[in-house]
Amino acid sequence: MKQKKLLAVASAGGHWVQLLRMRPAFEFLSLHWISTSPGVASQVDHEEFTSVRDANMWDKPGLVLMAIQIAWRVLLYRPDIVVTTGAAPGYFAIVFARLLGAKTIWIDSIANAEEMSLAGKKARRWATHWITQWPELSGDDGPTYIGSVL
Amino acid sequence: MIFVTVGTQLAFDRMVCAVDRWVNAKDTQIVAQVGPTEVRFSNIKYKSFLEQEQLDYILKNTELVVAHAGMGSILSSLSLGKPIIIMPRKASLGEHRNEHQMATAKRFQNRPGVYVAWDEQQLVVLLNRWSIERFDNVDEISNTAPTEFIANLKRLIGNTQ
Repeated sequence: MKQKKLLAVASAGGHWVQLLRMRPAFEFLSLHWISTSPGVASQVDHEEFTSVRDANMWDKPGLVLMAIQIAWRVLLYRPDIVVTTGAAPGYFAIVFARLLGAKTIWIDSIANAEEMSLAGKKARRWATHWITQWPELSGDDGPTYIGSVL
Repeated sequence: MIFVTVGTQLAFDRMVCAVDRWVNAKDTQIVAQVGPTEVRFSNIKYKSFLEQEQLDYILKNTELVVAHAGMGSILSSLSLGKPIIIMPRKASLGEHRNEHQMATAKRFQNRPGVYVAWDEQQLVVLLNRWSIERFDNVDEISNTAPTEFIANLKRLIGNTQ
């Protein structure tokens, strides 16, 4: 059977630190990483890595460039699954990969203990799995809780 | 050595200034990642952003981390067994977009090895306390998420052998 392709996406900083903690769940899969700082490639140095422009909701031109970079990577890589902890790059990855039929897993940052993040709320309709790390936030018409990275 | 970090996005001058004033009276070496700021600090070694390799080295060798209440800083410190003082950013002071760091600080305030400074005064009190006690009660965490979380995520991914 062909090895499944997983795209793991997070902006640098706390989102990235959380994504790295999930690494054991990605073993035996073909893996490609995306983050917003070329420097963090050293933390996954034996694997494929793409650095994209860093931007947030308040930097529209930066967001457009980031979206293009991610769309391009998604088209080239054609992931079967996307896993992301956010924020903006994860949102774009989930949108484009979903349009191509991939399974898309949004795991909201553990920093969001009281409500889902802004990017998380926007990602909801594109995510096949919409996950929180806080049991209090989960519910029948809310996100699913599967534990936390801590 | 104490490592001070504001994370990877925004400056947090209120916290760094408090440490800069405190160290004036001490001989502790301070290394800081201060983010994008125009403020000049006089008593500490600092950079806006440190390279990943530098960060790894400093974290490994520091005795204490002083940080904003960001998850990256908290997880990185605890997985290396380093005590951490966290000071939450306040959206009301324009330090972040919402008050999630206050929530994070509340959730972590009773965890061994995590100390919460709700303001600059408490930060100084905690730094003085650290100079005497050192904080060696850290509840060290592993480098990876708990087994149950990994198993659940594997199931979602469809990565089952």
